[in-house]
Amino acid sequence: MTRRETYLDWNATAPLRPETVAAVTAALRDCGNASSVHRWGRAARQRVENAREIVAVLIGADPEGVAFVSGGTEANQLALLGSGRERIVVSAVEHSSVLQALQHAERIPVSADGIVDLGRLEELLASDPRPALVSVMLANNETGAIQPVADIADVAHRHGALFHCDAVQAAGKIPVDIVAIGADLISLSAHKLGGPPGIGALIIGGSVEIAPMIRGGGQERGRRAGSENLPGVAGFAAAADAARHRLADYERAQAQTLRDSLEAAVLATAPEAIVIGAATPRLPNTSAIALPGVSAETQVIALDLDGVMVSAGAACSSGKVGPSHVLQAMGAAPEIAGSTIRVSLGWSTTEAEIEHFLEAWTAMYRRVKPRAAAARAA
Amino acid sequence: MSLSSAALAQRPNTPPIYLDNQSSTPLDPRVLEAMLPYFTEQFGNPHSESHVYGHNAMAAIEAARGEVARLIGADPREIVFTSGATESNNLALKGAAHFARAHPVGDKVRDHLIAMTTEHKCVLESAAALEREGFAVSYLPVEPSGLVSPDRLAAAITDRTLLVSIMAAHNEIGVIQPLDEIGALCRSRGVLFHTDAAQAAGKIPLDVEAMKIDLMSISGHKIYGPKGVGALYVRRRPRVRLLPLIDGGGQERGLRSGTLPTPLCVGLGRAAELARAEMGEEAPRVQQLRDRLYAHLRRRIPDLQVNGELEQRLPGNLNFSVPGITASALIEACQSVAMSTGSACTSASVEPSYVLRALGLPDDRANASIRLGLGRFTTATEVDFAAEAIAAAVSRLRQAGGAFGAG
Repeated sequence: MTRRETYLDWNATAPLRPETVAAVTAALRDCGNASSVHRWGRAARQRVENAREIVAVLIGADPEGVAFVSGGTEANQLALLGSGRERIVVSAVEHSSVLQALQHAERIPVSADGIVDLGRLEELLASDPRPALVSVMLANNETGAIQPVADIADVAHRHGALFHCDAVQAAGKIPVDIVAIGADLISLSAHKLGGPPGIGALIIGGSVEIAPMIRGGGQERGRRAGSENLPGVAGFAAAADAARHRLADYERAQAQTLRDSLEAAVLATAPEAIVIGAATPRLPNTSAIALPGVSAETQVIALDLDGVMVSAGAACSSGKVGPSHVLQAMGAAPEIAGSTIRVSLGWSTTEAEIEHFLEAWTAMYRRVKPRAAAARAA
Repeated sequence: MSLSSAALAQRPNTPPIYLDNQSSTPLDPRVLEAMLPYFTEQFGNPHSESHVYGHNAMAAIEAARGEVARLIGADPREIVFTSGATESNNLALKGAAHFARAHPVGDKVRDHLIAMTTEHKCVLESAAALEREGFAVSYLPVEPSGLVSPDRLAAAITDRTLLVSIMAAHNEIGVIQPLDEIGALCRSRGVLFHTDAAQAAGKIPLDVEAMKIDLMSISGHKIYGPKGVGALYVRRRPRVRLLPLIDGGGQERGLRSGTLPTPLCVGLGRAAELARAEMGEEAPRVQQLRDRLYAHLRRRIPDLQVNGELEQRLPGNLNFSVPGITASALIEACQSVAMSTGSACTSASVEPSYVLRALGLPDDRANASIRLGLGRFTTATEVDFAAEAIAAAVSRLRQAGGAFGAG
């Protein structure tokens, strides 16, 4: 009998969409350097520029503003370091690629739901006249909480600051529009929306100057050197196109229906479980569930043994044991922060997979419940 | 062996013969085969430690790291995956310089770097960026052959020199530098030796121990692997310390953050494995083809001039000028062969190659320089066709007189 496997770790990476597989494999068979002048080079250039347009359309941007990079981490670093702004102000729940970019970044605190404190942002920006860049993610990778980014952009602009928005987790899951947000810079990653790993983009607003981090042959309008990753770019575009077309149709509603039923079932089984950020707008596919007194590690291992793949936080900080910085910034008590798992769904998630999760989760819960109760009583 | 004009005429609708393998190599079908499962069923994030999909992806990456290491005689822990050789070169130069500035040893100032004038743009641009940050850079001239003189290098090293960057094999003229000699010199003077081996790795034997190399840049798509991936070799003993360019989740031992692209790493690993296994057979075969191409061209174009040292160069590279015919005119007139002027990354510009000027060649010869890059999949038939097509284009241009003339 083959092992039953259910993948519910889509926020770590999503499987490639069928459209992406087709585009990537076709491009892998093509040869040519997009900067070469011969026919193969020109054909490659054309494919890169077509892809640039499609990625731009996903977020309502101008194709000229799309700079392809190696992924979301590089996009975030390029935005923060390339902006040349003296002050960098970031939320406390940002991805590690934003938090680690600069030692001297100032942090905006968040509420218990993980939402940026606009008043504090206003104070921070008013307290120091030096040119600033504000970086706040659109949706959190661990909790799915959606920030009021348009309001944040507004506050930033009123103080002459640039606004960078890490939309790596949001793009492809909810509509993202650079104009509606009012962002100057947006980071995207292909592999989070069904594209290949190893490619992403920094979307650069018309009036923003970005100094390159990787220099060389002057590719990407001098913003990012290196031979273009053609299969990556083609796959990114195919995924962006599919995501955009299918988002409105049903993917969003489908994920949300399944996610909500999962949370309801968990809470019915274990009334002491807590859905993090339940009261705030969240991504339709993400659920951070705490089972107080039971370590997240115990939970994910038990689920993995039953063939259900979830995570104990962000994949990129996996390996560093310790409670999530996101939950800590939200003021979660250590027994909550250390007991939260992330369940993230995707466009191909089925009802049967949710049932599989619930079976495995319930079995795990029954085994650990006496221990958890004892821990609470102690 | 020349093809009839009828055979030539039959080709207009077929793709051009690909003789631009220094710009990018086609993906080896065996590499593609190795990569495909990691795009589909094995798609896990290699940094997900909580489930088997993540573990499988990481295991595949570690196997690939081992193959890359074996290709150059390194330890797997010395291989850092990057997005390509451009990033590797940026990381090597800036990373070493920034670390030295942040962590000076005693009161010794190490703020001087040396690079050849003919380095790839990404090395020169990284060096220029460091100059703007207050580092000093010496640009080492090369001999007319394209080779550096170890004596000149020795004279350029000072007690403030931190790092020497010398490209292993040149992307335009293919010349191979005396790496052992340079490595020994750098080691004896206590200076780091970085080599951009994007063109050399997998084509000629490289050994970081024997050549005393401290940092080496490798590219995927120059060795029949995928685009969008490369590696930087970073010596562990004696330890070479770098500051990362890209910070974040702390992947690659903190030297390069970002989710590792499993299929691309697997592709680079497989490409390295194939290159190592087949180099012994492939290099002489490709060189024979190159020599055949050269002999054929020489016969038809007696005044053809080879640029750079012919004897000490990559087996698949030929760089030549035809007096009186600009490279752009020849490329235009010979569309059935994909060839290039200079390097791809700067070939969109029409300035004469800075590389050929650095060899001391006059502008008109530099303007005329054509690079042909033969590779694993080049055949004798293609070589013969290409030679004939280039020679025919040269005759046409010469008959047309000054219309496309020199200059």
